[in-house]
Amino acid sequence: MEWVVFAVVAGCAVASAVGLVVRPNPLHGALYLVGNLFCVAVLYLMLRAEFLALAQVIVYAGAIMVLFVFAIMLLVPGKAEAGVDPLGPQRMLALPFAGLLGLVVVLVLPYAAARAPAPPAPGGVQPLGERLFTDYLFPFEVTSVLLLAALVGALTLARRRLP
Amino acid sequence: MVHPGYYAALSAVLFTIGVIGVLVRRNPLVIFMSIEVMLNAANLAFVAFGRARGVADGQIIVLFVMTVAAAEVAVGLAIIVAIFRARYRISVDDLSLMRW
Repeated sequence: MEWVVFAVVAGCAVASAVGLVVRPNPLHGALYLVGNLFCVAVLYLMLRAEFLALAQVIVYAGAIMVLFVFAIMLLVPGKAEAGVDPLGPQRMLALPFAGLLGLVVVLVLPYAAARAPAPPAPGGVQPLGERLFTDYLFPFEVTSVLLLAALVGALTLARRRLP
Repeated sequence: MVHPGYYAALSAVLFTIGVIGVLVRRNPLVIFMSIEVMLNAANLAFVAFGRARGVADGQIIVLFVMTVAAAEVAVGLAIIVAIFRARYRISVDDLSLMRW
């Protein structure tokens, strides 16, 4: 049963990622990306990472994608990539090299996970919170500084220059 | 249950698709979204490794990656909007100058 769910969700994830790369309209790409994020959230649930699945839906599919759709609507409503490609056939060279990279990563990554899975850390959110606020307290605090820096940076960049 | 190695393989495939998107597409917004796909693939690998070892550390790292991704998207989209205001077209191939 779990295999069936995994196969279906993995297929949806790959298909939506391909759709993002293939579709010329960035708005369609954003919708495909939302589908991909939801699929990954389901995979988190299957890996017993319930909190991350919720955070994925709220932060990624909610906040970040709204930001993306805002930017797309603000900049190029439905405009595809037009004009002659200055790189031309050179760009298609990317495909074999990306395929090579994919081959290497597909071969190496599962090898790194190849051991019998240990029982999951007990509970859902509780061990996560305990580790986060004891061992990982300093990175957690640094994260707040990062968010503040990003906030100030985005405001400065998007500010309309006064004459 | 499904072994975490299969999740790792799936994350590798998703990462490669993201790389192809970054290399092939010209619209900076689509490139950004491909980067998000790559970040998600890395997150999935983290969670899968954490599951294989039975520890919560992988999930904590994913939490930090999500924060960094949110900050990156905010700053990156601000940069794209600023460039569009200055030049009124967006294609990464036009952006070969550091200043104009």
